[in-house]
Amino acid sequence: MNDVLSRLLGPDEPEVTCEVCFDELDRYVELQLRGLDAEAAVPGMAAHLRGCPACSEEHASLTALLADGSTS
Amino acid sequence: MSPAGTCDVIPGMSVPARIVQPDEWVPALRAGGAAGERAVAELHAVLLRAARFEALRRRSTLPWVGAAELDDLVLQAADDALVAVLSRLDSFRGASRFTTWAYKFAIYSTAVTLRRRAWRDREVSLAPELWQLVPDRGRQPQQQVEDGELRDALRRAIEALTPHQRTVLVAVALEQVPIDVLAERLGTTRGALYKTLHDGRRKLRAQLADSGLLEVTR
Repeated sequence: MNDVLSRLLGPDEPEVTCEVCFDELDRYVELQLRGLDAEAAVPGMAAHLRGCPACSEEHASLTALLADGSTS
Repeated sequence: MSPAGTCDVIPGMSVPARIVQPDEWVPALRAGGAAGERAVAELHAVLLRAARFEALRRRSTLPWVGAAELDDLVLQAADDALVAVLSRLDSFRGASRFTTWAYKFAIYSTAVTLRRRAWRDREVSLAPELWQLVPDRGRQPQQQVEDGELRDALRRAIEALTPHQRTVLVAVALEQVPIDVLAERLGTTRGALYKTLHDGRRKLRAQLADSGLLEVTR
Protein backbone atom coordinates (compact mmCIF):
# COMPACT_ATOMS: atom_id res chain seq x y z
CA MET A 1 0.00 0.00 0.00
CA ASN A 2 1.38 3.43 -0.82
CA ASP A 3 2.04 6.05 1.81
CA VAL A 4 -1.09 8.10 1.14
CA LEU A 5 -3.38 5.10 1.42
CA SER A 6 -1.52 3.99 4.50
CA ARG A 7 -2.07 7.38 6.13
CA LEU A 8 -5.73 7.43 5.10
CA LEU A 9 -6.63 3.95 6.24
CA GLY A 10 -4.34 3.56 9.26
CA PRO A 11 -3.52 0.28 10.96
CA ASP A 12 -6.12 -2.45 10.45
CA GLU A 13 -5.79 -3.89 13.94
CA PRO A 14 -6.51 -2.87 17.52
CA GLU A 15 -4.35 -0.06 18.84
CA VAL A 16 -3.86 1.84 22.06
CA THR A 17 -4.84 5.50 22.40
CA CYS A 18 -2.37 8.39 22.41
CA GLU A 19 -2.81 8.63 26.18
CA VAL A 20 -1.94 4.98 26.78
CA CYS A 21 0.93 5.30 24.33
CA PHE A 22 2.41 8.14 26.36
CA ASP A 23 1.85 6.33 29.65
CA GLU A 24 3.59 3.18 28.42
CA LEU A 25 6.25 4.69 26.18
CA ASP A 26 9.14 4.57 28.67
CA ARG A 27 8.53 0.94 29.60
CA TYR A 28 7.96 -0.06 25.98
CA VAL A 29 11.19 1.50 24.74
CA GLU A 30 13.28 0.03 27.54
CA LEU A 31 11.87 -3.43 26.79
CA GLN A 32 12.65 -2.99 23.10
CA LEU A 33 16.20 -1.89 23.82
CA ARG A 34 16.69 -4.96 26.04
CA GLY A 35 15.52 -7.17 23.17
CA LEU A 36 12.35 -8.25 24.97
CA ASP A 37 8.84 -8.59 23.58
CA ALA A 38 7.56 -5.08 24.16
CA GLU A 39 4.42 -5.67 22.10
CA ALA A 40 3.39 -8.53 24.38
CA ALA A 41 3.74 -6.17 27.34
CA VAL A 42 1.75 -3.40 25.65
CA PRO A 43 -0.59 -4.94 23.07
CA GLY A 44 -1.66 -2.49 20.40
CA MET A 45 1.34 -0.20 20.85
CA ALA A 46 3.02 -1.15 17.57
CA ALA A 47 -0.20 -0.55 15.62
CA HIS A 48 -0.62 2.85 17.23
CA LEU A 49 2.95 3.83 16.39
CA ARG A 50 2.21 2.96 12.75
CA GLY A 51 -0.98 5.04 12.78
CA CYS A 52 0.03 8.13 14.78
CA PRO A 53 2.91 10.14 13.29
CA ALA A 54 3.40 12.29 16.40
CA CYS A 55 3.61 9.38 18.84
CA SER A 56 5.83 7.55 16.38
CA GLU A 57 8.27 10.46 16.25
CA GLU A 58 8.42 10.63 20.03
CA HIS A 59 8.98 6.88 20.25
CA ALA A 60 11.86 7.21 17.80
CA SER A 61 13.31 10.11 19.76
CA LEU A 62 13.17 8.36 23.12
CA THR A 63 14.73 5.27 21.59
CA ALA A 64 17.53 7.34 20.07
CA LEU A 65 18.08 9.26 23.29
CA LEU A 66 18.41 6.10 25.37
CA ALA A 67 20.68 4.56 22.77
CA ASP A 68 22.89 7.63 22.95
CA GLY A 69 25.69 6.82 25.33
CA SER A 70 25.93 10.30 26.81
CA THR A 71 22.54 10.04 28.50
CA SER A 72 23.00 6.80 30.39
CA MET B 1 24.40 34.48 19.73
CA SER B 2 24.95 31.90 17.04
CA PRO B 3 24.02 32.69 13.46
CA ALA B 4 20.70 31.48 12.15
CA GLY B 5 20.88 27.98 10.75
CA THR B 6 23.31 26.72 13.29
CA CYS B 7 22.48 24.98 16.49
CA ASP B 8 24.10 25.60 19.83
CA VAL B 9 21.89 23.31 21.76
CA ILE B 10 23.71 19.98 21.74
CA PRO B 11 27.40 19.84 20.89
CA GLY B 12 29.75 20.19 23.79
CA MET B 13 27.04 20.41 26.39
CA SER B 14 28.27 19.60 29.85
CA VAL B 15 26.65 16.91 31.92
CA PRO B 16 26.43 17.97 35.57
CA ALA B 17 27.68 15.64 38.23
CA ARG B 18 24.94 13.37 39.45
CA ILE B 19 23.75 13.90 43.00
CA VAL B 20 20.55 11.89 43.04
CA GLN B 21 20.99 8.11 42.84
CA PRO B 22 18.86 6.28 40.22
CA ASP B 23 16.40 4.75 42.70
CA GLU B 24 16.14 7.82 44.90
CA TRP B 25 14.63 10.35 42.52
CA VAL B 26 11.11 10.41 43.90
CA PRO B 27 12.02 10.77 47.60
CA ALA B 28 14.71 13.28 46.71
CA LEU B 29 12.28 15.42 44.72
CA ARG B 30 9.83 15.31 47.60
CA ALA B 31 12.42 16.07 50.24
CA GLY B 32 11.84 19.79 50.37
CA GLY B 33 14.41 22.25 51.64
CA ALA B 34 17.83 22.63 50.11
CA ALA B 35 18.13 18.92 49.26
CA GLY B 36 14.82 19.00 47.40
CA GLU B 37 15.88 22.10 45.51
CA ARG B 38 19.11 20.39 44.44
CA ALA B 39 17.13 17.38 43.22
CA VAL B 40 14.77 19.61 41.24
CA ALA B 41 17.73 21.42 39.70
CA GLU B 42 19.29 18.12 38.71
CA LEU B 43 16.00 16.95 37.22
CA HIS B 44 15.79 20.15 35.23
CA ALA B 45 19.26 19.46 33.84
CA VAL B 46 18.15 15.95 32.84
CA LEU B 47 15.06 17.34 31.09
CA LEU B 48 17.04 20.08 29.38
CA ARG B 49 19.45 17.48 28.02
CA ALA B 50 16.53 15.53 26.51
CA ALA B 51 14.93 18.72 25.18
CA ARG B 52 18.18 19.70 23.47
CA PHE B 53 18.50 16.22 21.99
CA GLU B 54 14.99 16.48 20.56
CA ALA B 55 15.64 19.98 19.23
CA LEU B 56 18.71 18.79 17.37
CA ARG B 57 16.66 16.03 15.73
CA ARG B 58 14.12 18.64 14.61
CA ARG B 59 16.57 21.36 13.59
CA SER B 60 16.05 20.81 9.88
CA THR B 61 12.31 21.54 10.21
CA LEU B 62 13.08 25.03 11.54
CA PRO B 63 15.80 26.46 9.27
CA TRP B 64 14.51 30.02 9.64
CA VAL B 65 14.58 29.94 13.44
CA GLY B 66 17.77 31.40 14.90
CA ALA B 67 19.82 29.64 17.52
CA ALA B 68 18.86 32.10 20.26
CA GLU B 69 15.13 31.61 19.67
CA LEU B 70 15.62 27.86 19.51
CA ASP B 71 17.48 27.94 22.81
CA ASP B 72 14.57 29.87 24.34
CA LEU B 73 12.03 27.40 22.98
CA VAL B 74 14.04 24.47 24.29
CA LEU B 75 14.37 26.03 27.73
CA GLN B 76 10.64 26.71 27.82
CA ALA B 77 9.94 23.11 26.82
CA ALA B 78 12.23 21.84 29.57
CA ASP B 79 10.51 24.12 32.08
CA ASP B 80 7.10 22.82 30.99
CA ALA B 81 8.35 19.24 31.25
CA LEU B 82 9.63 19.90 34.77
CA VAL B 83 6.20 21.11 35.84
CA ALA B 84 4.58 18.06 34.22
CA VAL B 85 6.97 15.61 35.85
CA LEU B 86 6.63 17.13 39.31
CA SER B 87 2.84 17.19 39.04
CA ARG B 88 2.75 13.52 38.04
CA LEU B 89 5.29 12.04 40.44
CA ASP B 90 2.54 9.92 41.99
CA SER B 91 2.03 8.15 38.68
CA PHE B 92 5.63 6.92 38.48
CA ARG B 93 5.42 3.18 39.20
CA GLY B 94 9.01 2.21 38.53
CA ALA B 95 8.16 0.34 35.31
CA SER B 96 11.21 2.00 33.76
CA ARG B 97 14.15 3.97 35.04
CA PHE B 98 13.06 7.30 36.44
CA THR B 99 15.16 9.19 33.93
CA THR B 100 13.55 7.31 31.04
CA TRP B 101 10.14 8.19 32.43
CA ALA B 102 11.19 11.83 32.78
CA TYR B 103 12.78 11.98 29.34
CA LYS B 104 9.48 11.24 27.63
CA PHE B 105 7.96 14.38 29.15
CA ALA B 106 10.83 16.48 27.80
CA ILE B 107 10.66 14.89 24.37
CA TYR B 108 6.89 15.36 24.21
CA SER B 109 7.05 18.96 25.38
CA THR B 110 9.85 19.84 22.96
CA ALA B 111 8.28 18.03 20.02
CA VAL B 112 4.93 19.77 20.52
CA THR B 113 6.59 23.17 20.98
CA LEU B 114 8.73 22.85 17.86
CA ARG B 115 5.99 21.38 15.69
CA ARG B 116 3.81 24.35 16.56
CA ARG B 117 6.67 26.76 15.92
CA ALA B 118 7.34 25.17 12.53
CA TRP B 119 3.70 25.65 11.53
CA ARG B 120 3.10 28.97 13.29
CA ASP B 121 3.02 31.04 10.12
CA ARG B 122 1.63 28.38 7.82
CA GLU B 123 -1.97 28.26 6.80
CA VAL B 124 -3.70 24.96 7.41
CA SER B 125 -6.03 24.36 4.50
CA LEU B 126 -8.84 22.10 5.48
CA ALA B 127 -10.29 21.79 1.97
CA PRO B 128 -11.76 18.31 1.56
CA GLU B 129 -10.98 18.42 -2.18
CA LEU B 130 -7.52 17.34 -1.21
CA TRP B 131 -8.64 13.72 -1.32
CA GLN B 132 -7.72 14.03 -4.99
CA LEU B 133 -4.12 13.81 -3.87
CA VAL B 134 -4.52 10.05 -3.63
CA PRO B 135 -1.96 9.10 -6.28
CA ASP B 136 -1.85 6.56 -9.04
CA ARG B 137 0.03 3.49 -7.93
CA GLY B 138 1.00 2.06 -11.29
CA ARG B 139 0.93 2.33 -15.03
CA GLN B 140 -0.52 -1.05 -15.93
CA PRO B 141 -4.06 -0.78 -17.40
CA GLN B 142 -5.53 -3.17 -14.84
CA GLN B 143 -3.98 -1.19 -12.01
CA GLN B 144 -5.21 2.07 -13.48
CA VAL B 145 -8.75 0.68 -13.52
CA GLU B 146 -8.38 -0.47 -9.92
CA ASP B 147 -6.94 2.91 -8.96
CA GLY B 148 -9.92 4.67 -10.51
CA GLU B 149 -12.35 2.46 -8.67
CA LEU B 150 -10.39 2.87 -5.48
CA ARG B 151 -10.29 6.65 -5.82
CA ASP B 152 -14.04 6.80 -6.47
CA ALA B 153 -14.72 4.58 -3.48
CA LEU B 154 -12.44 6.68 -1.28
CA ARG B 155 -14.16 9.86 -2.42
CA ARG B 156 -17.57 8.43 -1.54
CA ALA B 157 -16.27 7.16 1.78
CA ILE B 158 -14.68 10.49 2.68
CA GLU B 159 -17.84 12.35 1.68
CA ALA B 160 -19.83 10.05 3.98
CA LEU B 161 -17.75 11.05 7.01
CA THR B 162 -18.95 13.68 9.44
CA PRO B 163 -17.57 17.16 8.64
CA HIS B 164 -15.26 16.98 11.67
CA GLN B 165 -13.97 13.53 10.73
CA ARG B 166 -13.38 14.75 7.17
CA THR B 167 -11.50 17.82 8.37
CA VAL B 168 -9.23 15.78 10.63
CA LEU B 169 -8.61 13.01 8.09
CA VAL B 170 -7.78 15.40 5.28
CA ALA B 171 -5.52 17.56 7.42
CA VAL B 172 -3.60 14.77 9.13
CA ALA B 173 -3.56 12.04 6.50
CA LEU B 174 -3.39 14.06 3.29
CA GLU B 175 -1.93 17.44 4.21
CA GLN B 176 0.25 15.88 6.91
CA VAL B 177 -0.49 18.66 9.36
CA PRO B 178 1.03 17.60 12.69
CA ILE B 179 -1.78 16.48 14.96
CA ASP B 180 -0.63 18.82 17.75
CA VAL B 181 -0.82 21.79 15.38
CA LEU B 182 -4.32 20.83 14.31
CA ALA B 183 -5.35 20.26 17.92
CA GLU B 184 -4.17 23.74 18.86
CA ARG B 185 -6.07 25.35 15.97
CA LEU B 186 -9.25 23.41 16.67
CA GLY B 187 -9.02 23.93 20.43
CA THR B 188 -8.79 20.26 21.33
CA THR B 189 -6.23 17.62 22.27
CA ARG B 190 -4.05 15.15 20.39
CA GLY B 191 -5.92 12.25 21.98
CA ALA B 192 -9.33 13.55 21.01
CA LEU B 193 -8.24 14.22 17.44
CA TYR B 194 -6.63 10.82 17.09
CA LYS B 195 -9.88 9.21 18.25
CA THR B 196 -11.67 11.14 15.50
CA LEU B 197 -9.02 10.06 12.99
CA HIS B 198 -9.32 6.46 14.13
CA ASP B 199 -13.12 6.47 13.77
CA GLY B 200 -12.86 8.04 10.32
CA ARG B 201 -10.29 5.48 9.19
CA ARG B 202 -12.48 2.66 10.43
CA LYS B 203 -15.38 4.00 8.36
CA LEU B 204 -13.17 4.24 5.27
CA ARG B 205 -11.97 0.67 5.67
CA ALA B 206 -15.54 -0.55 6.17
CA GLN B 207 -16.73 1.26 3.05
CA LEU B 208 -13.86 -0.13 0.99
CA ALA B 209 -14.59 -3.59 2.32
CA ASP B 210 -18.26 -3.21 1.33
CA SER B 211 -17.09 -2.24 -2.16
CA GLY B 212 -14.77 -5.23 -2.33
CA LEU B 213 -11.77 -2.92 -2.65
CA LEU B 214 -10.04 -3.28 0.69
CA GLU B 215 -7.88 -6.10 -0.64
CA VAL B 216 -6.74 -3.82 -3.48
CA THR B 217 -5.10 -1.54 -0.96
CA ARG B 218 -2.91 -4.29 0.52
